Amino acid sequence: MKQPLILFLCFCAFSFAEAQGKYFTRTGHISFYSKTPLEDIQANNRQVASVIDFSTGEMVFSVLMKSFEFPKALMQEHFNENYIESDKYPKSTFKGKILNIQTVDVQKNGSYPVEVEGELTIHGVTKPVKSNGTLEVKENKIYGKSQFTVAVADYNIQIPKLVRDNIAKNIDIQVDMVYEPFKQ
Amino acid sequence: MQQLYKLLFFLIFLTASIQLQAQNDLLNLLENDSLNKGQKDYTYATFKSTRVINGQSVETQKAKVLQFLISHRFGRLNSGAYNFFGLDDATIRLGLEYGLTDVLTIGVGRSSLEKTYDGFVKYKVLRQRPSGMPVSVVLFASTAINTLEFSDAERDNLFSSRLSYTYQAIIGRKFSDKLSLQLSPTMVHRNLVPTTVDQNDVYAVGVAGRYKLTKRTSLNAEYFYLLPGETANDYYNSLSVGFDIETGGHVFQLHFTNSQGMLEKFFVPATNGNWLKGDIYFGFNISRVFSLKKEEKKPY
Repeated sequence: MKQPLILFLCFCAFSFAEAQGKYFTRTGHISFYSKTPLEDIQANNRQVASVIDFSTGEMVFSVLMKSFEFPKALMQEHFNENYIESDKYPKSTFKGKILNIQTVDVQKNGSYPVEVEGELTIHGVTKPVKSNGTLEVKENKIYGKSQFTVAVADYNIQIPKLVRDNIAKNIDIQVDMVYEPFKQ
Repeated sequence: MQQLYKLLFFLIFLTASIQLQAQNDLLNLLENDSLNKGQKDYTYATFKSTRVINGQSVETQKAKVLQFLISHRFGRLNSGAYNFFGLDDATIRLGLEYGLTDVLTIGVGRSSLEKTYDGFVKYKVLRQRPSGMPVSVVLFASTAINTLEFSDAERDNLFSSRLSYTYQAIIGRKFSDKLSLQLSPTMVHRNLVPTTVDQNDVYAVGVAGRYKLTKRTSLNAEYFYLLPGETANDYYNSLSVGFDIETGGHVFQLHFTNSQGMLEKFFVPATNGNWLKGDIYFGFNISRVFSLKKEEKKPY
């Protein structure tokens, strides 16, 4: 009857090791760009929370939409009030997986190209997303960077005719994160 | 032995559920975390403009934003075909207002009615929050200077007799994304009134609201109730209904009102139009905002 106990301890140890493999940030930076001949719009969010679990490759992002800062206050108000509807859909989330997690060694400094696949939820609409990025391990911190494009229409965000020429149909998104080891 | 397998199975199941639990906890942790950080989280867009119709709304300009406001009222609808139902006449106010901070706005304006200049300060004392503070409270003070030539130049005319003042507290709440209401106790002081029975100080309570029809349009209404007194006997309460259309940096407001003037000193104590008789003015406000904030392009 000793075997189950050993097994149980093994499982416990495994769960514990998993906790060690988590990297975390609350101050990640996501920016987006809308480029049209009439107007370039850029917004920055520097309060993005995210976790990567290196034992499984699972990756989670949580983005508070009201934290996007625009150069023009009215733009920010319209973004929240008319486009993203932040009161109804306060957060955007990404739940995904790093497909080639086995190639990343968090103990060794270096830059690792990664492939990420998952589900992106914006404005209450969930769509599958696939993107490439890099993870750079440096002094026990992990610098994550990625760029991808989302189509405004995919997320059921309506742009009125009057400003159709001012807002791009495809928005470029840049992700720039600095992860630190997660301590429980 | 079978018991052992059962136990083993149970343990595997248990660990699997622990793992799943851990991942959910991870997401919960993130979500709670980023939500709790919303310390700047104020309710926004209670009204589309800084005016409901004639009166001030609970909105102030954002920091470093300049607004140019054109307010225009035609003549009375009941003035007949000869006056093209009022469209031949026009009263206008041109105004500029600027947000020193998100909660402090200053403004100036010039009305064609009685050739009046005005200046005002608007300060947001309390700001509504999605959780916590239930209302926004704004204090408003303005001075108006009538610059008409004195009717009797022979008389001993004082500059102070040109001045009138308005003090107002605006208590507003955005009840839902569609409905916003506000209450505004108002006092208008006029240094000079035509006769001795006229009140120098006039007290009134304003009620105003908006109901959004679509994301970019809303129905507005505004009513100023004069507290009983000589003024309430001689004049009408100001009642206005309007329609807001918002397009990017512009807000267009179209409305019908029984007040001709667009300053508190005109529409609170001196509204002489009667809705039932058709003394109704059609008018509009057009606002355009300019952001004077330098676009900071932080390096990516």
